[in-house]
Amino acid sequence: MPRLPNGLATHAEHVHGHHPALQHHFETLEQQHEASTLGMWIFLVTEVMFFGGLFLAYMLYRIWYPQAWSEGSLELDIVLGGVNTVVLIGSSLTMALAVRAAQTGQQRATVNWLLVTMALGLTFLVIKFFEYEHKFELNHVPGPNFVFEGPHADQVQIFISLYFAMTGLHALHMIIGFGILSTVAWMAHKGRFSPAWYTPVEMSGLYWHFVDIVWIFLFPLLYLVDRAHQLS
Amino acid sequence: MSGHISPKTTYYGIFGALMVLTAITVGVAFVNLGALNFPVAITIALMKATLVVLFFMHVKYSSRLTKLIVSGAFFFLFVMLALTLTDYASRGWHVGPRGTAAAGTSLSTGTDPVPRPVGTAPAVPAEDAAGETPASER
Repeated sequence: MPRLPNGLATHAEHVHGHHPALQHHFETLEQQHEASTLGMWIFLVTEVMFFGGLFLAYMLYRIWYPQAWSEGSLELDIVLGGVNTVVLIGSSLTMALAVRAAQTGQQRATVNWLLVTMALGLTFLVIKFFEYEHKFELNHVPGPNFVFEGPHADQVQIFISLYFAMTGLHALHMIIGFGILSTVAWMAHKGRFSPAWYTPVEMSGLYWHFVDIVWIFLFPLLYLVDRAHQLS
Repeated sequence: MSGHISPKTTYYGIFGALMVLTAITVGVAFVNLGALNFPVAITIALMKATLVVLFFMHVKYSSRLTKLIVSGAFFFLFVMLALTLTDYASRGWHVGPRGTAAAGTSLSTGTDPVPRPVGTAPAVPAEDAAGETPASER
């Protein structure tokens, strides 16, 4: 049987007698979907370890410099961080609804939910941009121009370095995810997906949810280190 | 395709739970629990991540092979963090470069802003912060 390129036809039924998205080395779409899911998760495992190194660095320095972690964390805007948490978890909800719409064959709803997800992702990035900009205004950016009043300025600089490294890497993932979602939204708009085959929607969803999970940990680790100290 | 289709109410319910947990983690951060603030925050984050993985990422309905891979990821992350921290956090005598407190004493700061003396620290790890400019020495 000749190998067919992916996604040439718009319908589940095809003159060749099998789904056009089914690649020749798989028996069935179910098997292909299972392989895709497994492959995507193995990629996400590498991502877990990728971010894991930064989390380990964070933990070690936090144990060494608890005072600096407290001071540095209080410099972050908890309102902006909290709003971004709500925005990103909201985008995970809309992503899950996009996958559901694709599963049930609702093409318009798939496109719309994907666009809402992208809009929320963009909102997150814009808020992050203003947070970064504020850090630059205060010279709270690691490097030769770093300025911080207090006895632990060096150590606060390490905290803020990790803040930029972790949120920057996370933001990079958001930007990549935005690109992936725009491609998938375009494919959905073109009617490439059906209840029989919607794998790209689901795989991009897995990626998006993973980025959400990273933020779920970053938010308390960076913004909520010692808020009780703020009140006293 | 054989994918499990969750009802919309499931997704809205999970979203609501995630919002409640976010509110709890913010609220509890303003309560001084001493050294307990950190474990509480991490526990809530783990609960949120579990909800996302199981329901938004459909792992609850995935094959056992996928479940094995997913739990493997978090297991080995746990191994990396826990085994490394058993070394660093168990050395009560250890003080980081220009550190302010001994490791393992507390993850939360006390009320004393004065750095503790570090002169008795017998060792400094190789990967210390020697490259940092001493801007704070003013």
